[in-house]
Amino acid sequence: MKRVIAVLATIAPIAACVSGVVRAAPPQRCDAPQSLIGGDLDLSRVMGEFKVDRRLHITVIGSGSSGLPGPAGAHAAYPARLEAVLKQLIAGADIKVTAHVQSKETTATMVAGLDKTLAEDKPALVIWQAGTVDALDGVEPEDFRGSLDEGVGKIQAAGADVILMNMQYSPRTESMLDVSAYADVMRVIAEQHGALLFDRLAIMHYWNDAGAFDLYTATKKYDMARRVHDCIGWALASQIVNAAHFDAARMQTTQ
Amino acid sequence: MPQPMAAPLPLSGERDLRLDLFRGVALWLIFLDHIPQNIVNWFTIRNYGFSDATEIFIFISGYTAAFVYGRAMRERGIIIASARVLRRAWQIYVAHIFLFTIFMAEIAYVAATFDNPLYAEEMNILDFLKQPDITIFQALLLKFKPVNMDVLPLYIVLLLLFPPMLWLLLRQPAFALAGSALVYVLAWNFDWNLPAYPNGVWFFNPFAWQLLFVFGAWCALGGAQRLEGVLRSRIVLGIAIAYLIFAFAITLTWYIEPLGRFVPLWLSGWMYPIDKTNLDVLRFAHFLALAAVTVRFVPRDWPALQSPYLAPAICCGQHSLEIFCLGVFLAFAGQFIISEWSGGPLVQIAISLVGILIMIATASLISWYKRMEGRSPTTRVKPPDADLAGGNA
Repeated sequence: MKRVIAVLATIAPIAACVSGVVRAAPPQRCDAPQSLIGGDLDLSRVMGEFKVDRRLHITVIGSGSSGLPGPAGAHAAYPARLEAVLKQLIAGADIKVTAHVQSKETTATMVAGLDKTLAEDKPALVIWQAGTVDALDGVEPEDFRGSLDEGVGKIQAAGADVILMNMQYSPRTESMLDVSAYADVMRVIAEQHGALLFDRLAIMHYWNDAGAFDLYTATKKYDMARRVHDCIGWALASQIVNAAHFDAARMQTTQ
Repeated sequence: MPQPMAAPLPLSGERDLRLDLFRGVALWLIFLDHIPQNIVNWFTIRNYGFSDATEIFIFISGYTAAFVYGRAMRERGIIIASARVLRRAWQIYVAHIFLFTIFMAEIAYVAATFDNPLYAEEMNILDFLKQPDITIFQALLLKFKPVNMDVLPLYIVLLLLFPPMLWLLLRQPAFALAGSALVYVLAWNFDWNLPAYPNGVWFFNPFAWQLLFVFGAWCALGGAQRLEGVLRSRIVLGIAIAYLIFAFAITLTWYIEPLGRFVPLWLSGWMYPIDKTNLDVLRFAHFLALAAVTVRFVPRDWPALQSPYLAPAICCGQHSLEIFCLGVFLAFAGQFIISEWSGGPLVQIAISLVGILIMIATASLISWYKRMEGRSPTTRVKPPDADLAGGNA
């Protein structure tokens, strides 16, 4: 009997995939309130490009918290997860996520390398994770604001949409590392440039409060870190799908 | 050494209990705000306007410092008064280093026990532990200041510079205040601040925050009487209330995202960032508005000031240094309990209440000690002592 169940359990998902029945859904723990990943801003560049050739090229620029340590870190980190999820959600499209992750890189340094990255990747969307290293280094919020302002301006001038991603919620280091001033700056810059904000700080806080993750846990293992990055990938994907109205776009291209 | 006085000191030697009350409340609020994961800090004033408890604390500290040391300077001369101010600065320095020791213990514990690959980047904040020699030395120089430990160093610097400022305030108050405002403007213009370790600058820029301290001192030395006409004006009250409502509306947009779209871009472009480090003009104005409204509705002889319900806050406000330090320590401890044990809303509320009760109990204990030694502010046996007249500056 056990064997039968085992065989069925193996076959069922494969069969479902082949028949196209599986509807991709995030793990339940990843649920985030609509107020955090919603919003009424559109990713117009993404929409425009996707309508033409079903292409969605995304560039992620970030510091250490956009990756995971270890040799397999890059595959489990949210940029790779985002790509996998988007491919699952939007079938038959040309989807690519390129990650430029450099630990200990301040926003000012990221801005310096921005032109090159934009020219090489030609992304429709840039997800820019910033703030943590600036907070660690004690960069003045005003300088941080200046760099961010310049960078977002550059990306938009290059014709790409922007999603700003703020810091991780890290309760254990909260008493030593105050990121609130930097998070405020990011909110304001996003608003001023009409860019989306992926409020990682609030979303992870919500997951912690809702019991999805215990972010106080001390562990050397990677399981939880991977699951968190998986959920960030899902939450990002759903923010993108919402803001780019992918359901509508898909209908138009299939018409 | 009789010297001509430009500004008459307030005639009544009685303490203004309103100061103690509001400083006591500010100390509670600072304690609550220092526990980041605390549900109770939704009730603190920083969520309802631009300024927060820090402004109240610094203003009242300036006010009481001038009140206590101004009298000392007039009665005993500049040397004695300055010596007392500096002794006070030293006490605060010692208190700060004491708190730093506790903080280091907490940090070292976290560094030794907490590991999570998810936070590999954030854990870099503990890098300073690799160089304890430099870190501790920088802390002694007040350059290395952990989160939430910025107020006392600011206070120390303000007191170190206070004797000449007080001297000037007693002779040329308007000139002194104008000088203070000038330093504030210059600091904004030329980005003056003190350097911090490992990098950056002081979280509370002394060149900017001194304005609030000196303004408090100016008010104590007759400025408040001079402002009375202004404060009684209905127009001023109207402007103050309008501004408070405006600030409240703006703060609402920080927490209720969809409201953000009602803030026009030109306004947010002009307004943000509302800089706490350099005491943004909007914050200063918010404090002034708050003070104007408060003074209007809470008169000096407000009967409730004698009520037993407000006595706990007043008592805390009368021992501000001790209670401030205790508050910082309790915030550490509370945070520790939340991290290590349980962080539900009930625990947070319990920690907040217990913390405030401990602050009240300690303040009462200190009062009791002082009464025993005959140094109480109410039963004044000997001439007022600058530090121990319950007027801890």
